[in-house]
Amino acid sequence: MNQQLIICGVGGQGILFVTRLLAESAIAKGLPVLTSETHGMAQRGGIVVSHLKVGAFASPLVRPGRADALLSLKPETVALHLHFLKEGGAVAANAQQSLADVAGHPVSLIDADSLALALGDPQAVNLIVLGRALADSGTLFCTAEEVEAVIRRKMAGKDKQLARALAAFRAGLEAGGKEDGAC
Amino acid sequence: MAIEKLQKRLLQGNEALARGLVESGCVVAASYPGTPASEILGSVKSWQQAEAVEMHVEWAVNEKVALEIAYTASQTGLRAATAMKQVGLNVASDPLMSAAYLGVVGGFVVVSADDPGPHSSQTEQDSRLMAMLAKIPVLDPGSPEEARELAGVAFELSERFRIPVMIRPTTRVCHACQDIELRPVTRLERTASFKKDPSRWAATPKFRYQLHLELNGKLAEIAAYGPTAPRCLNPEVKSRRAVVASGPAASYAKELFADLQLWDKMNLHQVIQPYPLHSSFVDSLLAEYDEILVLEETVGVIEMQIRDRHKVKGKLSGMVPEAGELLPEVVERLLAEFAGLTVPVQVAVQAQGGRRPTLCPGCPHRASFYAIKRAAPAGIYPSDIGCYTLGINLGGVDTVLCMGASISQAAGFYQSYRVTGQRKDIVATVGDSTFFHAGIPPLIDAVAQGARFVLVILDNVTTAMTGNQPTPAHGSPAGRAVHIESIVQGCGVGFVETADPLQLPAFTALLKKALAYSREQGVAVVIAKSPCLVDRAVPKQKRRQPTVSSACTGCRVCIDQFECPALRFEPDGKRVTVDPMICSGCGVCLDVCAFKAIVREEIP
Ligand code: SF4
Ligand code: SF4
Repeated sequence: MNQQLIICGVGGQGILFVTRLLAESAIAKGLPVLTSETHGMAQRGGIVVSHLKVGAFASPLVRPGRADALLSLKPETVALHLHFLKEGGAVAANAQQSLADVAGHPVSLIDADSLALALGDPQAVNLIVLGRALADSGTLFCTAEEVEAVIRRKMAGKDKQLARALAAFRAGLEAGGKEDGAC
Repeated sequence: MAIEKLQKRLLQGNEALARGLVESGCVVAASYPGTPASEILGSVKSWQQAEAVEMHVEWAVNEKVALEIAYTASQTGLRAATAMKQVGLNVASDPLMSAAYLGVVGGFVVVSADDPGPHSSQTEQDSRLMAMLAKIPVLDPGSPEEARELAGVAFELSERFRIPVMIRPTTRVCHACQDIELRPVTRLERTASFKKDPSRWAATPKFRYQLHLELNGKLAEIAAYGPTAPRCLNPEVKSRRAVVASGPAASYAKELFADLQLWDKMNLHQVIQPYPLHSSFVDSLLAEYDEILVLEETVGVIEMQIRDRHKVKGKLSGMVPEAGELLPEVVERLLAEFAGLTVPVQVAVQAQGGRRPTLCPGCPHRASFYAIKRAAPAGIYPSDIGCYTLGINLGGVDTVLCMGASISQAAGFYQSYRVTGQRKDIVATVGDSTFFHAGIPPLIDAVAQGARFVLVILDNVTTAMTGNQPTPAHGSPAGRAVHIESIVQGCGVGFVETADPLQLPAFTALLKKALAYSREQGVAVVIAKSPCLVDRAVPKQKRRQPTVSSACTGCRVCIDQFECPALRFEPDGKRVTVDPMICSGCGVCLDVCAFKAIVREEIP
């Protein structure tokens, strides 16, 4: 299976972590994977974007109009990266209000900022949005169970960290179960 | 515990390259951090520990020192490597040029990472031109896996011809991740053994001429060396047109050959060693094809070595852009045009708006810049390379040239104004790591020449921008910590004081005192000491977040002048609020607000 994803937000939100969780889920499934990360000055609060390609690819960059899905950790980064999506490509985004200009794309929104604050963990927005994206089965190349297994492996021995990560991930997943996703 | 072999792991390009170096028996590695090369040395250290191999791995004070240490290890017969970003190679170019003439004993690899775009650099310079200038071969990996593989190829090439070899990854290799199979680590079991040969290792100019002739001979042979020859990816096809690509452009071309259905229409050659380009390859290109498209970043290095240009399309011919990153969508357009296909409709790209990078909420540098502007409102503010370059957002940075230049530029401003009968307050800022790297000679110069300015050394005890690597102030397990204050004193500076910029009123007062000294006497140095917020080595402090009371007048000073990203203007109202998602609770804004509207309950 081939899948191309864009994951975006601003520096400090843990975009690299989400990208690597997905990439390692691909490896666990025996799929080849390539990603591209943003490092350096942009990590200080600037726009950060990861590309992730699962399957038979030679390069890590997604061309405009080719992405199957877009995960956005800030409302404003959806519009900035929407051009990467192919026709009908899915959006999963952290936003409090519905987004303009996403016509033609299935959209799953979640107010991850409020959820993270309620969990007492403002750093957890990334896992909440990832959980939300995985709630709609079939959007991503992997399942919530597969990603959870990777989270558990990566944080093995760090019980407190793991409990917090799983709480955030599940909050996103469950929020997806409640709403009907599209809006 | 040795790592289980033959398993696929997600590795970043820099980790893969580091893995390749360790797998090939590298024993000494030295580096100075710089995006996109920063993760290489830390990964070498991790692999060394995981595989329990004896190595000397060091964060050197700068790239020149790093290259010299690694090169010397090669003179003793060991395999050695140095890694840096492209502008770091400028700093290390002096020993590199000379080492090319002298040659090596143990394999010697110089990794210089380029940043087409640029994403996080002052320039888009092409390190392959530095390899040409030095007359050493350079290899151009197109993916993390190729980076791992080429590390071994580079060591072999280096030992075979006794020449330093450059590996030139770009950001899209360094900061790509890929599933990679680990290979076993070669243990060469060599011992350092320096064979004295002053006529070579300390050659005088007369012998350097001989060495130059020798070097030219080596290059001619390297241009026929099998393992680094260009690879034709579809040799079964016979065509009149060919595409020649290297680095990430070759990876884009591979995908696009499939998408545009070109695999059975024209040959695709991947160049592994852009310089020296294999001579028989050049001959056969010109003999076999009518048209050749060359795709490479950032300068037309391959293209310029194809001497007959009539058949060649590339950067020099004007077809391929000569600046900026060669993105896959650009390669798609070029390939389609070259193949005579209808050029695919390019999706309209959103105007890149968004956000400018900014200092972290609670970063001590923000407080330093705010204090500098208050203390010397009409001053000139030369600055330097690091997180604090972002002080530009606050109006606290007027110039950024290169590592360490803040201090020489402060002296240059002073002398220029003085010689034309004027005086100006000058407050330069430099980070601690940058000060160690290139700030000491200009400080000595300033003192010796009687320059007058204030230098604020922003000391957060780490190399923050590149991922918190240690500085000499940490020392090393075998060495001793080197203190900035004693260096400054040793340079002959008469005014040196240290304070925490988060104590804003006291820090501002200290700056005024330093300015008074600098106007009358000479260079004054203030060390602004406060830890970086993202440094994992520093325990996180739990600090209460402030709130904004109704006393806020909406004057916007804390937003426009102080620029903390955690302070926002209420979308509807007339007041400022604190963003609980990102506020670090540093408390500096309490001192910034003239109306005492920002308040917080102290933790008892
Ligand atoms: S990383 Fe550290 S030095 Fe850099 S902006 Fe953030 S707090 Fe400041
Ligand atoms: S306490 Fe004030 S200055 Fe510090 S991070 Fe929070 S809002 Fe910014």
